[in-house]
Amino acid sequence: MEDLESLAARVPDGALLALAPEYSWVPMALIRALIRRRVKDLHLLTVPIGGLAADLLIGAGAVKTLESAAVSLGEAGPAPRFSEAVEGGALDMRDSTCPAIHTALQASEKGVDFMPLGGLVGSDLVDNRDDWKVVDDPLGQGGGPVVLLPAIKPDVTVFHSPRADTEGNVWIGRRRELVTMAHAAAATLVTVEAVEDRDFLDDEATAAGTLSGLYVTAIAVAEGGARPLGLTGHYERDTDYIRAYAEEAKTGDGFKRYLDREVFAETGDETETETGAETGTETGAGS
Amino acid sequence: MSKAETASSKISPKTSPGEPATTPEEFIICVMARLLEGLGHVSVGALSPIPGCAALLAREVSGAGGRVSIIHGDANNPYTDGGREIFDCAGQGRIDAFFLGGAQIDGEANINLLGLGSYPKIDKRFPGSFGSAFMYFTVPKVILFAPEHSRRVLVERVDFISAPGTSPPGVRRPGGPKALVTGLCLMSFEAGKKRFRLQSVHPGHTLEEIRDNTGFDFDLPRGEGGGEGGAVPVTPEPEAEKLQMLRSTIAAEIAKTYPDFAARVFQPRA
Repeated sequence: MEDLESLAARVPDGALLALAPEYSWVPMALIRALIRRRVKDLHLLTVPIGGLAADLLIGAGAVKTLESAAVSLGEAGPAPRFSEAVEGGALDMRDSTCPAIHTALQASEKGVDFMPLGGLVGSDLVDNRDDWKVVDDPLGQGGGPVVLLPAIKPDVTVFHSPRADTEGNVWIGRRRELVTMAHAAAATLVTVEAVEDRDFLDDEATAAGTLSGLYVTAIAVAEGGARPLGLTGHYERDTDYIRAYAEEAKTGDGFKRYLDREVFAETGDETETETGAETGTETGAGS
Repeated sequence: MSKAETASSKISPKTSPGEPATTPEEFIICVMARLLEGLGHVSVGALSPIPGCAALLAREVSGAGGRVSIIHGDANNPYTDGGREIFDCAGQGRIDAFFLGGAQIDGEANINLLGLGSYPKIDKRFPGSFGSAFMYFTVPKVILFAPEHSRRVLVERVDFISAPGTSPPGVRRPGGPKALVTGLCLMSFEAGKKRFRLQSVHPGHTLEEIRDNTGFDFDLPRGEGGGEGGAVPVTPEPEAEKLQMLRSTIAAEIAKTYPDFAARVFQPRA
């Protein structure tokens, strides 16, 4: 079985890395392990919006190119390292819009080179994307101009999940953007709370919420691996922690202090007490 | 002199003695909720606690039948096909109303959620355009909201068009802006004229104040018979029973998605 550090070693410098939004099981322990291994030149894709994980990677200097529809810490306010990096011209920014990112991943899912999407025409987003193209409806169906989006094929998709089974299948519940991200990617790395001795595909009730092991490259156990973000049915997002981060990371010095304390001081074992495990709330059943 | 100019009361309690005063958030929520009553499916996007409350309140007021979907978290979230489903649903024409804010909104209803400055040299970066460039085209009734009614937000021309207010003929666009709710007033939008029209001014505020704080020109309410230049009505106060509903049922419901907002707006009086 792999551990966090061996999983992190599977993400090469310069990789196109896909990350889901904060409510969708972000593998925070793995993100911290990536920063500890000093990953660099990432092409980060947020599917479609980013939060704490994107802000940490950007602040740590690990991101060269960012493709995103938005980056924010939600109720905790703006993502401070993201804002400063963009304002300082430190990122190759590919601004997008949510359905364009979903659609471009669906193109990869289907193995086609591009997909059309409605709307968008007249947005300055389109004028600033030389890889997008506006064409007249080529089939004459009366829809008018439409935007063609090139397929996005991530090198690596990463996420956290409550459980995998001993067959290498991973539970995703209703978080089906994780399925699209895995289908589209060349490799998918997953951290889990626990591995269960069973086969999720043997039971219709679990099979429908399962990402088949066909798409899963490697799995590591990381208890509390989404903290300080939440994991459906297991623990809640630690809002006090994230508010404190938003404040501390407003300056470069504050962010460095944060990284030293919360990321580099961490040993990389599976106990994430530094990141709010003690203050997190166990909710038991899915809410 | 318009009615608004003679209005003397600030946004204030029409509640029984002992009831706390209406907050600006509660007032805006009630204005928005009136625009939603009777609709089949109201969807609420990212970072939208005020629209979320308005949608839940409108559903509560209209009784059974209305659907509300909120995309963050699991509460009031009917979507089971991942992040793309809300957009697919809008593309299918299954969403009747949606909300968009804007760091800047201009007189032609173009919205900017991305940043200030000349792209890509951004002076002040905001989160980004989210799904606006698609939802603005596909949802028939988009309600714009700007709690801060100022020349900083309501500008003559946005620095960056995240999503355009109107589209030329030939572009498939079943959706678009229908109303703008601010901390001072309610406006409607007429796509044919590419102009906002003032509908009502919130209690305690004046037409002059709206003009002073709006960076674009707009039309005045139609008079009787539909002509230009009618009197300016005052936006009605929240009805007592709706305020009660908002502070109890809706406050508890929105806390499942936006705990910080619920604590700040509703809990001090709990």
